[in-house]
Amino acid sequence: MRPASRNPRSPYRAASAATAALLAAVAVGCAPQPENDASGSASASASGATCAKGELSTEASGKLTIATDSPAYEPWFKGDDPKNGEGFESAVAYAVAKQLGYDKADVVWQSVPFNKAFAPGEKTFDFDINQVSISDERKKAVDFSSGYYDVRQAVIALKDSKAAKATSIADLRKLHLGAQVGTTSLNYIDDVVKPAQEAAAYSKNDQAKSALKNGQIDAIVVDLPTAFYITSAEVTDAEIVGQFENQGGAPEQFGLVLDKGSALTSCVTDAVDALREDGTLAKIEQKWLSDAVDAPVLK
Amino acid sequence: MTFVKQESGQEGSDDDSDMPGADDTYVPSQRRIDRERYKRTRSRRATGIAALSTLVTAVVLYLVVVNAPGWPRTKETFFSAKYAREALPKVLEGLWLNVRLLLICGVAVLVLGMLIAVARTLRGPVFFPLRALAAAYTDFFRGLPLIINLMIVVLGVPALRLQGVTVDPVLLGGTALTLTYSAYVAEVFRAGIESVHPSQRAAARSLGLTNWQALRHVVLPQAVRRQVPPLLNDLVSLQKDTGLVSIGGAIDAVRAADIIVGRSLNYTPYIVAGLVFVALTIPMTRFTDWVTARMDRQRAQGGTI
Repeated sequence: MRPASRNPRSPYRAASAATAALLAAVAVGCAPQPENDASGSASASASGATCAKGELSTEASGKLTIATDSPAYEPWFKGDDPKNGEGFESAVAYAVAKQLGYDKADVVWQSVPFNKAFAPGEKTFDFDINQVSISDERKKAVDFSSGYYDVRQAVIALKDSKAAKATSIADLRKLHLGAQVGTTSLNYIDDVVKPAQEAAAYSKNDQAKSALKNGQIDAIVVDLPTAFYITSAEVTDAEIVGQFENQGGAPEQFGLVLDKGSALTSCVTDAVDALREDGTLAKIEQKWLSDAVDAPVLK
Repeated sequence: MTFVKQESGQEGSDDDSDMPGADDTYVPSQRRIDRERYKRTRSRRATGIAALSTLVTAVVLYLVVVNAPGWPRTKETFFSAKYAREALPKVLEGLWLNVRLLLICGVAVLVLGMLIAVARTLRGPVFFPLRALAAAYTDFFRGLPLIINLMIVVLGVPALRLQGVTVDPVLLGGTALTLTYSAYVAEVFRAGIESVHPSQRAAARSLGLTNWQALRHVVLPQAVRRQVPPLLNDLVSLQKDTGLVSIGGAIDAVRAADIIVGRSLNYTPYIVAGLVFVALTIPMTRFTDWVTARMDRQRAQGGTI
């Protein structure tokens, strides 16, 4: 090996200088997006100055971009089409939009998978409406509006199966249960039921439904309105076994999902609160979820 | 490079400093001692430079990574010790399913792939339908995306409610994997069979072996030995794809990580699951390297004719 030349323009030096420059560039290029940690409530001034009707700082100016998963399930949406204003969540979304000063024509829908909606990272929507339960873990990653629906989790099984005869959580323990991954339904199985056999976790509710139908699992856990819809329309030979009590006393609520530190959080929360106070939410619930009366409570 | 006094012949005196006719205890020349000392210092110096350069590189990389503005958040999101501890037992529990699938599907794939490859290379007009069927099978299953195959078999087949057909998602998923991978492996074997020189078969036949014996004792051993590296590729690939059976609801290593990610919104469990798979692949690679080397040695001992 000959000694490296003292010439500053030797290939070695050029290479190491280039490498150092490249590393520095990469390091700077990895700079994170600044995180707006101003909590929504702090800047919440219900004066309306920040929430000027139809003039919010939305993703696309003059438009309100609302996201939900595809397929969009009944009874939350009708005919897998969020744009028609039919189904509970579609109706709520348009009511919130109207409250914020956006007409139906100014609402743009976007398809975002359920798990991605509340995952950390920059969001491409103004808010997401997708039966996302408000939880402390999720609050670390995204902002939530106030709750627009109090939800309970329910168990569905085929009518003539042994699972349908379950009357308590202890009875469920012996069954093979299933739910969609990343949902509070799956958390209920793991935390409340603690079954002997590990729960089956599906990417989509559709797969959980077909597994139930084909006898691969004994029962599935979904929220109560979905349970009513599945048993009345999709898997008609299934029935609701019962519903769970709320964990820790506080009711589980669905909330609208916004980007962490979004400027819209306070405005959207105000809109949801206003809709609850003037009875609009109750009316929409009555219209689309009236079937979801009570099911026996499993203790 | 150390000089051993009793050593002889290896490095004979290349200068005539030792006198002929002296006693036969070999005394290394001064020049030789100098040369060896020089070589030793050079190699020490090279090692030193390499070590220093590695150290400097490591320090630079460490400083660049740790001082990058996004590092704290990256560390918390991908390398959180708390979530790694939570995920590891669950991931390992799930991994047991991957390993069982790999072992059972691996054997099934090798057997089925070999049968298909042999069917495709049969000679004689009477075997034409068999050859055509084998070709159609490999064409179809190599082209069919694995995920579609899995969805049809794992999610679709139970809906048929066939008598005596299992609805267990793991068994169904294993079946789908076997279908796809046996097509890949059949092609690997076929390439191996066709790469054996025709003279080998001719020689075997001329020694009085039947067609089948020639295949069994002469062609296939050479074909398989040649194809060990691509076969290993397919096995490693199969090992990673065993995770896809989780679409049927079974909890494997990937889905176990997925569940924790879904709860915590922290991505460390994915990293843990990924590293566990990598850790599983490395010993497999080393093992096959060892097997290949051993086979080569055995072949070399056979001598050449």
